[in-house]
Amino acid sequence: MNQPASAYFIEERHDPNETHTLAVLVQNEPGVLARVIGLFSGRGYNIESLTVSETEAQKHLSRITIVTTGTPMVIAQIKNQLDRMIPVYQVVDMTQTRRSIERELAMVKVRGQGEHRVEALRLADAFRARVIDATTESFVFEITGNTDKINQFIDLMRPLGLVEVSRTGVAAIGRGPEGM
Amino acid sequence: MTDKSHDPNQMTGAAMIVRALIDHGVTDIFGYPGGAVLPIYDEIFQQSEVQHILVRHEQGAGHAAEGYARSTGKPGVALVTSGPGATNMVTPLTDALMDSIPLVCISGQVPTHLIGNDAFQECDTVGITRPCTKHNWLVRDVNDLAKVLHEAFYVATSGRPGPVLVDVPKDVQFATGTYHPPRKSDVHRSYAPRVKGDATQIRKAVSLLAGAKRPVIYSGGGVINSGPEATRLLRELVEVTGFPITSTLMGLGAYPASGKNWLGMLGMHGTYEANMTMHDCDVMLCVGARFDDRITGRVDAFSPGSKKIHIDIDPSSINKNIRVDVPIIGDCGNILGDILQVFKAEAKKPDIKNWWQQIAQWRARNSLYYKKSSDVILPQHAIQSLFEATRGKDTYITTEVGQHQMWAAQFYGFEEPHRWMTSGGLGTMGYGLPAAVGVQVAHPDSLVIDIAGDASVQMTMQEMSTAVQYELPIKIFILNNQYMGMVRQWQQLLHGNRLSHSYSEALPDFVKLAEAYGAVGLQVHKPGDLDGAIKEMISVKRPVLFDCRVAALENCFPMIPSGKAHNEMLLPEQANDEATAKAFAGGKALV
Repeated sequence: MNQPASAYFIEERHDPNETHTLAVLVQNEPGVLARVIGLFSGRGYNIESLTVSETEAQKHLSRITIVTTGTPMVIAQIKNQLDRMIPVYQVVDMTQTRRSIERELAMVKVRGQGEHRVEALRLADAFRARVIDATTESFVFEITGNTDKINQFIDLMRPLGLVEVSRTGVAAIGRGPEGM
Repeated sequence: MTDKSHDPNQMTGAAMIVRALIDHGVTDIFGYPGGAVLPIYDEIFQQSEVQHILVRHEQGAGHAAEGYARSTGKPGVALVTSGPGATNMVTPLTDALMDSIPLVCISGQVPTHLIGNDAFQECDTVGITRPCTKHNWLVRDVNDLAKVLHEAFYVATSGRPGPVLVDVPKDVQFATGTYHPPRKSDVHRSYAPRVKGDATQIRKAVSLLAGAKRPVIYSGGGVINSGPEATRLLRELVEVTGFPITSTLMGLGAYPASGKNWLGMLGMHGTYEANMTMHDCDVMLCVGARFDDRITGRVDAFSPGSKKIHIDIDPSSINKNIRVDVPIIGDCGNILGDILQVFKAEAKKPDIKNWWQQIAQWRARNSLYYKKSSDVILPQHAIQSLFEATRGKDTYITTEVGQHQMWAAQFYGFEEPHRWMTSGGLGTMGYGLPAAVGVQVAHPDSLVIDIAGDASVQMTMQEMSTAVQYELPIKIFILNNQYMGMVRQWQQLLHGNRLSHSYSEALPDFVKLAEAYGAVGLQVHKPGDLDGAIKEMISVKRPVLFDCRVAALENCFPMIPSGKAHNEMLLPEQANDEATAKAFAGGKALV
């Protein structure tokens, strides 16, 4: 059908999707994470990655870092919807408003012997991953970097006996002397 | 240790709740008792400053509080118990969220040590109501209660108003702690709604308005929420600019229906002239409305040639459905004042004579035309008769949801704000009767009429008992066509006339039903008897169920058909079977 067939129908926008990292400063109180997540599920927004931790205990401030995708109009909606929640202090679009650094930590368990084991160790060295646990047949690597780097490392480990991955999700901070 | 026994601010949680209500000027609340709110009811019993209205179902309490709020501009308050009491509040809370109505709900909860234990009448009230409130709180410590209650009132009434809920476990109601009166620090520092509009944006808006050749003002419920000053300024702006004005369902009454610049309501069942003016305008000033899908019709064909100015207190309303050129975030009263000031200082009334001539041609299409009959009462005629009979009286109108609601919006002329209570966003059948109860509590000497349908009114009929108990002389004006009329209309237009479950079989005898409640029942079949019966209804000083038997198959026009733009409205005289079938072709799939 070429034409929307209902007065209530809001046509799909064909703008391309963008990926944005949002830093959300919230009052650390019961239910605050449920509110944020509920907003995303209730309104059909995507969460690619979510990282939450208290950052200033005395002020009861937590920082939620969300990586989300959507058209520019949807991204703007997400920011506005977050910003109007009562316990939200500030929403900063790390992708749009400033040059930012993003990091993620992953722990990667690899099991193997012989040449595979040597290769895994060699690659880990190239990626500056650290060995944080070892047995005669396995390693756990700790790797820090942006999402792409970690994805790449995991892909390389797959044929070498990848067993398990645990990732923290993205944390982001702006470059330069200014705070959020 | 100081002796706290004589400190007047030492009190139980239950006493704090009543004290906070008094401190916030609350004189009436709506509620239903139960195990988890007994301490609060005990406090209510021992005082006389807050009147409690006992409803028959918690949903009724919520809608009554909404009606109270919308007719007064003050927050409505509801008090319910845990579990089913709280879950029955979900509909009114959602309704109030959609329509931006300030509502404070206090719910009881099982004692803190039982939370999470699947206790009797336990539910996760804050979890369930999180998406249907502006904010909610579970109070675990009696010493937090005063702060939370004060913040709840502030959040409900400030910024874009909305419903809030405070969940209070029973042990917190019994516990003794320190109360304090409202103070600034009770509010989250993260909550600071913006009131004043950006000066640069206001200048841009004025220059667009001053240069307009084909302008329109499109106002909404935000103007009414902002308060009497916003209404006054809106009227002044219309006067100063000479622009035509239309309004959403929620905004009716902000500009008087008898005003010379009034185009009628816009949107799906709006007038032809309002929708055509919106479609062809070159500058649109949207004040306190949100480009809802029932307003815009097909969004890619919505007012394609216009520059759009959007005033809204909620930034998330900006660019949500329609991209606008000049967004101004803030309180619409405040911003209208600034716009007027700049306009008066720097601009003069644009010459839009040609535009008004064009509008006059659209008006001449008489899009609200219907054919009167001497045998059967047309629903439109019933509303017009009701309007004529109540014109100049101190009248408040509520509605249920469906065809009767749209006819009420089309044919009842509202002259003032706060006189029109209808469920716009959520579309809650069963809203009108309890809302009328709330309105009548707030305005005991006024004429309060619920324009109802035979299906909707049965959803909350039990509140007739409340009206009788408190001697609230509400008038329930039922347009009885023995159908869920709007459902049937859609089935006729979009589903091959297969009237699946839209016929009201086994309707009660509304006259006998009224009498069973101890109210007055009236019934009218003939157009000739209508005016007399309405007069009788108005003169009775008791609750009335008015069974107005109307033409069964009448449909609501004009209408923007499926997938069409504002300039492709279906007018009543075109609504024959063939044209209808054509206009709605292919509409079924995506409704």
